[in-house]
Amino acid sequence: MSTFRHSIEACIPALRRYGRALTRDAETADDLVQDTLVRALRSEHLFHGGDVRAWLFTILTNLNRNRLRSLARRPSTGQLEDNDAADLAGPEAGGRDIERALALLVDDQRQALLLVTLEGLSYREVAEVQGVPIGTVMSRLARARAQVKAYLDGERPALRRVK
Amino acid sequence: MTDRPTPVTEDELHAYVDGELPADRREAVEAWLAGHPDDANLVGAWRAQAEMIRARYGAVVNDPVPSRLQLNQLLRNGRRWRTVAAAAAVAAFIIGGVAGWMARDASATAPDAMQSFANEALAAHRLYVGEVRYPIEVGATENHLLPWLSRRVGTQLRAPDLTAFDFRLLGGRLLPSVSGPAALFMYESGSGERVTLYCAQLKETPTGLRYVSVDNFAAVHWVEGDYGWVISGPAEKSRLKGIAKSVYEQLENRAPPSKRSRAEPLMVRRGS
Repeated sequence: MSTFRHSIEACIPALRRYGRALTRDAETADDLVQDTLVRALRSEHLFHGGDVRAWLFTILTNLNRNRLRSLARRPSTGQLEDNDAADLAGPEAGGRDIERALALLVDDQRQALLLVTLEGLSYREVAEVQGVPIGTVMSRLARARAQVKAYLDGERPALRRVK
Repeated sequence: MTDRPTPVTEDELHAYVDGELPADRREAVEAWLAGHPDDANLVGAWRAQAEMIRARYGAVVNDPVPSRLQLNQLLRNGRRWRTVAAAAAVAAFIIGGVAGWMARDASATAPDAMQSFANEALAAHRLYVGEVRYPIEVGATENHLLPWLSRRVGTQLRAPDLTAFDFRLLGGRLLPSVSGPAALFMYESGSGERVTLYCAQLKETPTGLRYVSVDNFAAVHWVEGDYGWVISGPAEKSRLKGIAKSVYEQLENRAPPSKRSRAEPLMVRRGS
């Protein structure tokens, strides 16, 4: 296997992790990863060196964006609520909280937050993945963190009252 | 005094949490946080969020990679299905006396090209088969369906008749594909089941019928006369292959039906 393919292979677990957090659904995530890999293998000849990992994250991010767009075009909004079902299947309350908080973010902000905190990409790499200046990445990140914080702060007292 | 911390921006607080600050600013931020509990709380909250995200999703990397995501598998698929196609070809020869296509050299087409072609067709199938209201762009009753798609795809298209399998033509749509414009015909059965026929120019060596399945969907694909064809539907191998064979024959034998075929290759040609 070529070094190119080896570097792709090494990224598969991280792609699955990012996909899972991005879509909050294991099956959808693996579909995205599969599409990403097929595209990457198909574009081997287009790849002129550089960071394979950031490139793969870029493909997956774009595929997911397309997926969300096609969901948004659906006349029924049922599909968007499907994520709630995944939430309920989460292992424990803490996991569900963060899952719901992520679900509330707009896609660009969710991508930025996950790429930085979960995948450990640098701001510069995230800027490359999202195709925007670093300043935009930072404001997306700031908005994502503020929203997640507001959600978690607002939700916890409510949960405590229930007990 | 040098131990007086310089004001830090919120951007710097984020950069601090994410390890993006140069060492000298890092110290300044730490000094700042020591005297600004609100900002220190904020930083603590962001770190806790990151921790929750990693706790929730981090373990995914330890899960075994399913076979459908293994590169060997993705690269080998084309080769593997050739064996299946050969078996299918032999079976079809015995059953239907269908000559011709089984004699084609199934191994000559680049697996990657055909595989991505079939993947595109399956992706289109998967996307549109679930559409309730707008599964098609142009209905089967519209006169311009076939002339329009034929013009865009660049060949005289016919929508095969699948009523023998209880599928009737709903209509079609135009799609982009790596090799140019593609036509997608959608058929629906009385029970709401759907199959799609996908076609686009594909300058590859002709192949026999090959079956692939991904999750709950399956496809039978082939190349004939510079065009690639993919019939996608539920993952029921013998049924889908039967449909594919009928489509193949109808497209191949443009003449009236012969005695050997029960499924009448009635060409649904409208308006051309």
